Amino acid sequence: MPQFELNGRPVDLAVVPDMPLLWALRDVAGLTGTKFGCGLALCGACTVHLDGEPVRACQTPVSAAVGKRVTTIEAVGATPVGQAVQQAWIAESVVQCGYCQSGQIMSACALLSQVPQPTDAQIDAAMSGNLCRCGTYSRIRIAIHRAASTGGTP
Amino acid sequence: MSVASPTTSTVSRRVFLVAGSALAIGVSVQAGLSNPVQAAPSSSPFEPNAFIRIDADGAVTLTMARVEMGQGIYTALSMLIAEELEVPLSRVRLQHAPPDAARYGNPRAGGGQITGGSNSIMGAWEPMRTAGAAARAMLVSAAAQEWGVAAAECTARDGVVHHAGSGRQLGYGHLTRSAARLPLPQQVALKPAGAFRLIGKPVPRLDAPPKVNGSAVYGIDVRLPGMRFAAVATCPVFGGTLKAVDEQPALALPGVRQVVRTARALAVVADHTWAARQGLAALTIEWDGGAGAGVSTAQIRQALEQGLERQDAAVAVSQGDVPALLTAAPRRHSAVYHSPFLAHAAMEPLNCTVHLQPGGCDVWVGTQAPVRARDAAMRASGLAAEKIRIHNHLIGGGFGRRLEADYVEQSVALARHIEGPVQFIWSREEDIQHDIPRPMYADQFHAAIDAQGRPLALSHRVVGSSILARVAPGAFRNGLDADAVEAGLGPYAWPAARLDYVRQEPMDGLATGWWRGVGPTHNCFVVESFVDELAVLAGQDPVAYRLALLPATSRMRAVLEQVAQQAQWRAPLRPPAGTSEPGARRGRGVAVLAAFGSFMAQVAEVTVQPSGDIRVDRVVCAVDCGMVVNPDTVQAQVDGSIQFGVTAALWGEITLQGGRVEQSNFHDYRLLRLSEAPRVDVLVLPSTQAPGGIGEPGTSAVIAAVANAVAAATGQRLRSLPLRVG
Repeated sequence: MPQFELNGRPVDLAVVPDMPLLWALRDVAGLTGTKFGCGLALCGACTVHLDGEPVRACQTPVSAAVGKRVTTIEAVGATPVGQAVQQAWIAESVVQCGYCQSGQIMSACALLSQVPQPTDAQIDAAMSGNLCRCGTYSRIRIAIHRAASTGGTP
Repeated sequence: MSVASPTTSTVSRRVFLVAGSALAIGVSVQAGLSNPVQAAPSSSPFEPNAFIRIDADGAVTLTMARVEMGQGIYTALSMLIAEELEVPLSRVRLQHAPPDAARYGNPRAGGGQITGGSNSIMGAWEPMRTAGAAARAMLVSAAAQEWGVAAAECTARDGVVHHAGSGRQLGYGHLTRSAARLPLPQQVALKPAGAFRLIGKPVPRLDAPPKVNGSAVYGIDVRLPGMRFAAVATCPVFGGTLKAVDEQPALALPGVRQVVRTARALAVVADHTWAARQGLAALTIEWDGGAGAGVSTAQIRQALEQGLERQDAAVAVSQGDVPALLTAAPRRHSAVYHSPFLAHAAMEPLNCTVHLQPGGCDVWVGTQAPVRARDAAMRASGLAAEKIRIHNHLIGGGFGRRLEADYVEQSVALARHIEGPVQFIWSREEDIQHDIPRPMYADQFHAAIDAQGRPLALSHRVVGSSILARVAPGAFRNGLDADAVEAGLGPYAWPAARLDYVRQEPMDGLATGWWRGVGPTHNCFVVESFVDELAVLAGQDPVAYRLALLPATSRMRAVLEQVAQQAQWRAPLRPPAGTSEPGARRGRGVAVLAAFGSFMAQVAEVTVQPSGDIRVDRVVCAVDCGMVVNPDTVQAQVDGSIQFGVTAALWGEITLQGGRVEQSNFHDYRLLRLSEAPRVDVLVLPSTQAPGGIGEPGTSAVIAAVANAVAAATGQRLRSLPLRVG
């Protein structure tokens, strides 16, 4: 049974090791905030953190998470960066349909954790794997700059 | 509240049909509950109409007549009601409306319970304010009676009724029982615009908090006790059937429970989606493509072109003797344009959760058309309407796809063979290959031109599939599809004009559907491209040429002048950015659109690389959309709809080979990414006119503006989408 740390708690999910983390989170652990979009790591809707690094859960087998820390959208707000990003997202009314935003926020949090004051080019590089069909890109960029300016670093 | 010349609104029966006892199952958007919950019954709720419920504890629940799919309508509808009801937005709880067109129909959509066509605010503007005002009037009267004072001496604010003379006050929750006994007012006064406290002010979206922490519940997030998950495959050839399959390879896998079928589709039912997907992948399915197996996009295009020659077109507009003017004119100009099939490609793949039992059928789904979803469930289950319960959800992108109910009908049909609740999820491939795509069109123009290049007459022929004839046959009259030709002459005062339509369906089994911007999206591209061609032929500035063609009283004039000024239309374009390859060319293009009750003009700036790659650098958009409910939403919708349209301009195209869709996922159905998104500047002109729609015009107009910018950059007119520089 794959054992890892999920949002700060040890878990032992009764799943086969090759099951993508996405389905283990959504269908077994009951955490539906991580979204299914494409199944091929093309859209970023399923982005979660594995030991703080952004990964596409649809292409990450549960076996790759064994012994590691998995953080999802449900818990990222507990970190200072996550809180700053979520607050910036609300302040800028970034969301429209909202379906891709879990993944957008997880990618943004990973970026800001590593680069507290990103340039537009760094935002382009970090965020262009996350598709948004509603076209919220302008506000995503503004919100990342806002989160950067409001701190968010521990 | 101002007392200056309030407008009065008659309280219609439709608005005031009192909600029945069976309350909708609602999802609290605010609290972001992870599961649908039955709204708790209150000891003495005040429910003056189908939209408002106030409980004895003061809780205010608003039922949303339209669905939220990103366009911000939940916030806007709440603002309209709260403006007159006088309750703080922070305290309202929202719930999705059940299917019930009598109570939740949209007067601007023929009374249908439909969310689409950018008409939600137009349809809600007066009814929602009236609903709020009438409820407030009853609460005020109830307080006045309790105090023994005149209602005119009392005011309401923030959910509390105040009596100015005595300083007494009572919260709405204390008044529910007595207010519920009062008669419904026949007429209510609505605030004049100058007295608005919410309408016209930027209000943060009410659905933002649950959408940033993962707690928002979309249809795909429904979780029920004992629920199983199903992966679906439909015959890849449109109109084809399921011939044979050996179920064993799927059933042999751990977690797989069942393989179920209909005539055209199959589903693998399992304990979780992974097992279901694995099970489906393990199957070798034999399909019978049938008559459609030989159909290709090239054939469909050829059939559309044949429609350009037909003599029996349905005439939408005929004004002046266009044939005679074309024959006699000193110059003529003609052009044929092509528009492709487009997939909706919403980020939430299609899904539907069904629990079918002998006594009834529960359907958890995100739908833009709850009544159509219910009717589809009736057809598939054989159950009566009152046995079907549609539980609507937040939608992860609609764009017209969820006006359809094919996925509901298929899911319920498959569920007939399954015990217990099951969630059907389409893969991305299934979603793209079994979309109900925006039709392909062929358009032909002929213009008669005078010696100065001014038009004397214009004719426009639209050839394409009729969505209306399928969805609303009664509205398809004398062979004319009013949607397919909408905005087909632009907002211009042509000296003479003819607009006609030929219906040409692509193939049996392939239904076409509405896509963001509906009819005007394809028409704006072709009309505004052709007008640009005429301006170039005349050697005139495209903005000046358009201004000369617009009626003197058109609201478009100010919009076009504003966008030209804001975009510095007459200033030279800056050279390509340093990141461009040597030889990159830049261009600027303009387009206008009057549709959805709004008037919009855009200027797009593009860079065309020597490789042919096109980058949209910037879009400036001016819009007069009448009075604005939430300015922040208008900004967001215009920006987002432009980004949506840029994808269509540059890459959007679904093609068929062997009767099946060739694209399958985002690697070959490319969507715009953040690094490719243009800077968008939106200028909203102040207006006192009635509100117009804003969810779609941006998409429609930007495709034409980009096409014109590419033509300006390259000198090459592209008459086919997506834009490909050779």
